[in-house]
Amino acid sequence: MSHQTTLEFNNAMYKGSISLNTGLFIDGQWVDPVEPDSIYVINPATGKKVASVSLGSSKDVDLAVKAAQKACKTSWGLKCPGTQRGKLLARLADLMERDADQFTALEALDAGMPFQFAKAANVGSSIQTLRYFAGWSDKIQGKSIETNETKLAYTRREPYGVVGGITPWNVPLGMLCWKVAPALATGNCIVLKPSEMTPLSALKFASLVSEAGFPPGVVNVVNGYGTTVGQAISEHMDIAKVSFTGSTLVGRKILEASAKTNLKVVTLELGGKSPTIVFDDCNLEQTVKWAAMAIFVNMGQSCVAGSRIFVQEGIYPQFMEKFTAMANGLGQATGDPFAPTTQHGPQASKAQYDRIMNYIASGKADGATLHAGGERHGTEGYFIQPTIFTDCKAEMKIVKEEIFGPVAAILKFKTEEEVIEAANATTYGLSACIFSENISRALRVAHAIESGSTFVNSAQLIDPAIPFGGYKASGIGREQGEYALETYTQVKAVHVNIGLEI
Amino acid sequence: MTSFSYDFSGTYTGKTSFKTGVFIGGEFRHGASKSTIDVVNPATGKLVTQISEATAADVDDAVKVAQKAFDETWGLNVGGAQRAALLNRLAILMDEHADELAAIEALDNGKTFGWAKGVDISFSIATIKYFAGWADKIQGQTIETDEKKLIYTRHEPIGVVGQIIPWNFPLLMFAWKIGPALATGNAIVIKPSEFTPMTALRMCELINEAGFPKGVVNVLVGYGHTVGQTISEHMDIQKVAFTGSTLVGRKVMAAAAATNLKNVTLELGGKSPNIIFDDADLEQAVNWAAHGIFWNHGQACCAGSRIFVQAGIYDEFLERFTAKAKSIQVGDPFAPGIDQGPQVSQIQYDRIMSYIDSGKQEGATVHTGGERHGTEGFFIKPTIFTDVTPEMKIVKEEIFGPVGVVIKFTDEADVIRQANDTVYGLAAAVFSQNINRALETAHKLQAGTAWVNCVNQLHANVPFGGYKQSGIGRELGEYALHNYTNVKAVHVNLGHKM
Repeated sequence: MSHQTTLEFNNAMYKGSISLNTGLFIDGQWVDPVEPDSIYVINPATGKKVASVSLGSSKDVDLAVKAAQKACKTSWGLKCPGTQRGKLLARLADLMERDADQFTALEALDAGMPFQFAKAANVGSSIQTLRYFAGWSDKIQGKSIETNETKLAYTRREPYGVVGGITPWNVPLGMLCWKVAPALATGNCIVLKPSEMTPLSALKFASLVSEAGFPPGVVNVVNGYGTTVGQAISEHMDIAKVSFTGSTLVGRKILEASAKTNLKVVTLELGGKSPTIVFDDCNLEQTVKWAAMAIFVNMGQSCVAGSRIFVQEGIYPQFMEKFTAMANGLGQATGDPFAPTTQHGPQASKAQYDRIMNYIASGKADGATLHAGGERHGTEGYFIQPTIFTDCKAEMKIVKEEIFGPVAAILKFKTEEEVIEAANATTYGLSACIFSENISRALRVAHAIESGSTFVNSAQLIDPAIPFGGYKASGIGREQGEYALETYTQVKAVHVNIGLEI
Repeated sequence: MTSFSYDFSGTYTGKTSFKTGVFIGGEFRHGASKSTIDVVNPATGKLVTQISEATAADVDDAVKVAQKAFDETWGLNVGGAQRAALLNRLAILMDEHADELAAIEALDNGKTFGWAKGVDISFSIATIKYFAGWADKIQGQTIETDEKKLIYTRHEPIGVVGQIIPWNFPLLMFAWKIGPALATGNAIVIKPSEFTPMTALRMCELINEAGFPKGVVNVLVGYGHTVGQTISEHMDIQKVAFTGSTLVGRKVMAAAAATNLKNVTLELGGKSPNIIFDDADLEQAVNWAAHGIFWNHGQACCAGSRIFVQAGIYDEFLERFTAKAKSIQVGDPFAPGIDQGPQVSQIQYDRIMSYIDSGKQEGATVHTGGERHGTEGFFIKPTIFTDVTPEMKIVKEEIFGPVGVVIKFTDEADVIRQANDTVYGLAAAVFSQNINRALETAHKLQAGTAWVNCVNQLHANVPFGGYKQSGIGRELGEYALHNYTNVKAVHVNLGHKM
C-alpha cells in the first residue's frame, strides 16, 4: 500500500538518502487516502518540486479517529501505565536523536530553514520536549481535598481520549512535538494534520513512532488541506479536544467549528505582533543581537517575532547603526539552507513570499522609510532581504498586522508609560522583549506588558519546562511546562460518601 | 586496590568482578584506618570477602570532596535536563547489569535471586528513572502580593547530604536515597550497611560510567558508631537521611541536635497492623497477609506483623493462613523453587529467636514454625503465634523476622483502637469489601501508608513514611523532593520606597 520516495542529499551539511513513505499513517499502517489526492512538496530555496505526498480528506480523518478510539480503549489511555508511556516517549526521543541529521535535512529542504539553526533550535528542541514530557508521564497527579470525614473527595486528571493536532509550516517538527509529547504523556491518542506546505518531517516522525513501539492508533498522521482535513478534525464529533498552532484567521475557524459541533475543547497558539522595547539604559551590544534574533530568526517566520521595535530616544541613533549593520550582515549570509555560512534562508513558500512583499509595498505606500533591505534576494527561490522600516506610525499596516517575514518596524519613544501603552495597543499578546539593565524598570515593564511570554534582556529562549501561549487574540491555553498537562487532561472530581445517610 | 570476584551457581550462573574500597571522588581507596569488614554469606554463615572499612577521617575527606563537586561541577552548575540524562543513563546501566546486581544482593543479603531480580533490582531501576523525570521539573512558586514586588521561591539543592541506609533492601534503599538527592542537585556521602555493602559498591563503577562528575556520590562502608555517627554530627553536612531502627534513628536526631541542627529525615521501624474483617475476600486476605509478614523474611519496616482477624472468619482464616505459611519453601537463595532465604546475619537470627522464646515464655501459642530451619546459615521457619495479649513483647516490639501474631477481634471500633495502640505508625492494612468500612478504617489508622485490600504495595511515585515513632518525612513521589531542597524566598522590590 501507498508510496515511497527517496530524497538524495549531497551537500556540505548532509550527505545521504532519506526514504519516506508518503501515504497517510493510520492505525500503525501506511495507507492510501480513501480518495486519491496529493500535493507537490516545493523546495523554497529553488522553487522546484522535490516530492509528492498523499493528501487525505474527512473520510481518512474518520478512519484515524476510529483507530485512535480503539487504541484508547485497549492499548493506550489509562490502560497503559504512565511509566510505559514515558518509556515509549523516551525511546522516540532516542530514535529522533539517532536520526537528527536526517530530520534536519528534511526541514531545511521542506521549510527552507538553515541547517545549523534547524539542528539545534528545531530538531534539538523537539528531542528535549519529548524527553521532558516522557518524565511527566508517571507523574500525573490530582488532589485529595479535605472537606469532612464523611467524604473522600479527590480529583483525577484523565486524558480526553482522541485529540486533534493541527500544526504549521514554520517549525514543522517542533510544533508537532509540542503537541504529541504532552498529549501522549497524559494518555491521549492523537490525529495529526501537519501543514500541507511542509509534510516531510511528520512522515519520518510517523515511521519512528512505529519503530519506538507505540501501539497502532496512538499516533495518526493525515496530511491534508486545512479546508478538508483541518475542518474535519475541528468538526469531528468524536474528537474531544483540538490543539491548533497557526494564524489567528484560521484559529477563529477552528473555534467556530467547535462551537457548531461538539464544543470540543480548543487550544490555540496563534499570531503575534510582539514588541521589543529598548531602553536607554540597556546593554546595547547585547540588545542589538537579541533584537535582531527576535525579528530575523527563521526569516521572521516565528509567532514570537519581535516585529515592532520600540527604541528610546536617547539610544536611538546608536541602536539603529548597530541594528542595521546586523540586518545587512544577515543579508550577506543569505542563501542555500544547506550552505555552512547561511544564516538567512528563503521564505517557506511562494504564497508567503508574495504576502511579505505586499506588506513591504504597503509600508512604502503608507509613508514609512525603507531603511534597509526591502527587496528580493537573488533570482531563484523565495528569498527576501532582511528589511527595516523606520518613521513608522501606529496606524500603518506594517505596524498593526502580522507580516511573518523578516521585516522590522522601528518606532521611537520617550517614556516608560508611553511605550507600555503603545506596546499593548494591539489585539495580539504572544510575547514581548524588554531591554534594560535597571532591575526595577526591567521587571516593572515586563509585568505591565499584556503577553503570555515576556523576555527580559533576551529573546526567543523557549524551554520545554516553561509554559508558552498567548494573551488576547494570540491564543487560548498553554503548551510546554507542567501547564501542558492541564491542556491535555480533563478533571474528574470523585466524591465518595463514607457513611453519610439521608 | 581490593576487588571482589565470584562465580555464581544455581538459579544464576553468571560471574561478577568489581572493585571495592572506600569510594571518594570517583575512586576507590583503602580506608584511613586500613582495617577491613567481613562480608558473610548468611546462607552458610561463612566469610565471602573482606572490604575496606571507612572511618571518621574518611567521612571528613568525603565531605570536602563532595562540597568541591557541589560548588564546581554539580549543584546548580548542571542544568536539570543534564542531571536527568545522567540518572537515566545510570538506570540503563543498572538494567544492563540487573541479573548480576540481583545475584550480588542475594549472596550478600540472603534474599532469593528471584525476589532480588523481580522486586529489588527492578524497583531500584524504576526509582532512578522516576526521579530522573523530576530533575528538570524543580519548581517553586511566584506569589502575588502587590505590583511593586516580585516574589518567588527557589527550591535550591541543600549541598552535601548524608545518607545512611539499612541491610534489608540494600540496593533499593540506595536508589531511594540517591534518586531524589541527585535529581535536585545535591552531592552525597552515603553509608551502606556494613552487613550488606556489596551492591552499593558495585554501583560505584556504574555511577562513574554513567558520567556523574567525580565526588558527586561518595560511598563509605563503615559502622554506625563511626561513619554513621560522624555523618550525623558533621558540621558541613546540612542534611541527613536515615533508614533503620527507631533506636538508631534517635541517635541520628540527637547528634544533629547537638551539632549543627542539620535537617533530619527518618524512616524507622514499625509494628504495622493488618485488619481483616468478616466481609473480606478471604482467599485474597490470606494471600496478602502472608505477603505482609513473610515478604523479605519479615525484614521489612512496613511488615504487617500484627494480624487482626474478625471472629466470624477467624478459624477459616487461621487454617488457610497456616497452610500458606507452611507452604513457604525455605532454603538456599540460589536454589530453584525457594521462596525464603536466611535472615541477614547471626545477630538478627539471635534476636528473632529470642523474640520467639519470649513469646513462648509469655504464654503465646506457637501455631506453626518457631524454630530454626536446617543446620547451617541463619534460616528461621515462617512462624505464627496465636493466643497473644497486647502486653506481650512479640505484640509490642518490632521483631523484624518471619514471625506474625494473629489476634481475634469482634468490635470494629476497638480493633482500630488496638491497631493504633503502638508507638509506631509506618503502615496499616484493612481488608473489607464494604466501601464505607474499608475507607473509614483506612482514614482512622494512624499510619503513613494505609493499604486497602492489599499490603506492601509500593510505587516510586507514591510517598512513603511514618507517623509517630516510625519516622519523620516522606520518601518517594514528588514529596521526596522536599527532603533535598531548601526553600529560598526572593523578594524583589520594584518600587517601594523607605
